[in-house]
Amino acid sequence: MAKLNLLLLAVLVACAIGLVTSQHKARKLFSELEREQNRARDLDVEYGRLQLEASTWGLHSRVEKIATGTLRLRAPEPRRVRIVTPGAAH
Amino acid sequence: MNAATQGLVRLPVWRARFVLAALLAAFAVLGGRSVYLQALQTGFLQEKGDARYSRLIEAPATRGRILDRNGEALAVSTPVKSVWAIPADTELSGPERRKLASLLSVERNELAKKLEDASRDFVYLKRQVAPEVAESVAALGLKGIYQHPEYRRYYPGGEVTAHVIGFTGVDDAGQEGIELAHQASLGGKPGTRRVIKDRLGRIVEDVESIREAQDGRDLTLSIDSKIQNLAYGALKTAVVQHRAKAGAVVALDVRSGEILALANVPSYNPNSRARLGGAQLRNRVITDLFEPGSTLKPFTLALAIESGKLTPATTVQTAPGRLTIGNYTIHDTHPGAALSAAQVLQKSSNVGMAKIALSLPREAMWDLFKHVGFGAAPQLGFPGEAAGRLRHYRSWRPIEQATMAYGMGISVSLVQLARAYTVFARDGELVALSLVKTGTATSGEKLLSTETARAVRAMLELAVQPGGTGPRARVMGWRVAGKTGTAHKQENGGYAPDKYVASFVGFAPASAPRLLVAVMIDEPSTGEHYGGMVAAPVFAQVMQGALRMMGVAHDAPLEPPELPAEDEEAKENT
Repeated sequence: MAKLNLLLLAVLVACAIGLVTSQHKARKLFSELEREQNRARDLDVEYGRLQLEASTWGLHSRVEKIATGTLRLRAPEPRRVRIVTPGAAH
Repeated sequence: MNAATQGLVRLPVWRARFVLAALLAAFAVLGGRSVYLQALQTGFLQEKGDARYSRLIEAPATRGRILDRNGEALAVSTPVKSVWAIPADTELSGPERRKLASLLSVERNELAKKLEDASRDFVYLKRQVAPEVAESVAALGLKGIYQHPEYRRYYPGGEVTAHVIGFTGVDDAGQEGIELAHQASLGGKPGTRRVIKDRLGRIVEDVESIREAQDGRDLTLSIDSKIQNLAYGALKTAVVQHRAKAGAVVALDVRSGEILALANVPSYNPNSRARLGGAQLRNRVITDLFEPGSTLKPFTLALAIESGKLTPATTVQTAPGRLTIGNYTIHDTHPGAALSAAQVLQKSSNVGMAKIALSLPREAMWDLFKHVGFGAAPQLGFPGEAAGRLRHYRSWRPIEQATMAYGMGISVSLVQLARAYTVFARDGELVALSLVKTGTATSGEKLLSTETARAVRAMLELAVQPGGTGPRARVMGWRVAGKTGTAHKQENGGYAPDKYVASFVGFAPASAPRLLVAVMIDEPSTGEHYGGMVAAPVFAQVMQGALRMMGVAHDAPLEPPELPAEDEEAKENT
């Protein structure tokens, strides 16, 4: 009887320690998850900011100004443009 | 000693019992207390315990982005900070205050006033501060100064897309335009959740999610920012050149009914909205009504052809250039002659149009106007859509039926007019418009037979040829069909003699229409006020550029369209 009790006690202690360890692990993993989620959000915010920046740098009026001003580009004469439809046989 | 102990053995029994009873009573008290705490007060205690380590935190949600049809960002939210203070708690020294004022770029007096107002226990020092600035404010480590996160909306398109997109208020809710119309799907819903934090403030366990945070959905508009930019630029130049009060332009994809560009002048910069007036904010394309004038003529003509009353070749006598109905006389700019129906449209003769209109039943005219969408809001899902005025045919007098044929006594918005013209561009089908990208061709409501629509299209093409009213609407490489309009503005119940609205509606390529553009210029005041002189060049500029960008195949020789000499140009009256 006493032996059985002793055995049960040992099992109980093992279980208790297991519970504590797994909870600790769960919390650690959770805080890691939280950190990664925050990072994801930050990256999303940065993506938005970069998108904004891209839009600002690529503003059509700005592109046009640089193209015609600094680079001295101009639209090709309509006569020199040929429009091809994809898939059409030549 | 032994004897003494012997003597003590004989203690009275009640003493032992007394001690026992006292001990039992103490246990009973303890037991009772624990029952009280565990069973009766458990809720309260649990709460107190939770408060030590569990926290309610807000899960932020961002507002959805607005993109153009090619995925270019038109409105993006980025996080910023708001700096606020509890005035009673702040103890700022002079230099600290100066530093804070310069960091936040607010007036020092203003800051002092806010901080010394001890009656308030919450005051915003500055809202929507850039994150970098907020960081350096936090680095000062000032007592009683706090920050909380907010979002700020940026519009890279600026004034070009201002009227379509609209803007949000300081609390990130839509106030105008698409931002307001699609508030429900764009707006994120911040959530709250209960978590357990450890000693270092790290979140270690998610207890429950009270409300899931929902990010706003991105919205892809039908707007093509290249065409939009082109349209805005051309419109702005024209408004400045003709010293007009305002102008509006809208471009539609004929096949899908998508709005590719929608621009207004005067505009505003949605990123800094100080000193905004109502005139700048108005989206004239959608909310402003005007009497369209001659641009309405093709509808009555279409009805006459549809009902078999005439063909484009039928002769209509417009001499001597005026027509009296009741006590009102209709005038033409040119003395009339015997014109074919096609020429009536080409020269934009009011007398001819009035005669054609009077040969038609009132009900049929009203019916067509109603079916092409006049007098009803165009259902774009945009705030403030104007319905326009179309009176019931039973109250029409003959003179009104005649003037309505050339666009007087009826009011429409530019977007209604543009939509109505899809009937001619799509072989008789009226298409539903969309501001959101659909990307697919849609079928519309068949209102006219294909033959009638094609006949009117041919007549509209004639109207932009030399000898018509709109030769300046032609572009190199594509056949254009369209109609000019010049209308007197209504003022105080009458028509102002010197205030006009010039308009042009047309589409191209005429052989297989792809793009429809409508232009309206309000009160051009440099002498020129005809639709063919003021609005048609804007149309041509937008059409030329947009067709090239869309890669539409040419259907006309690549020669610059010749312009007629000044004296042989036809000018319309309305």
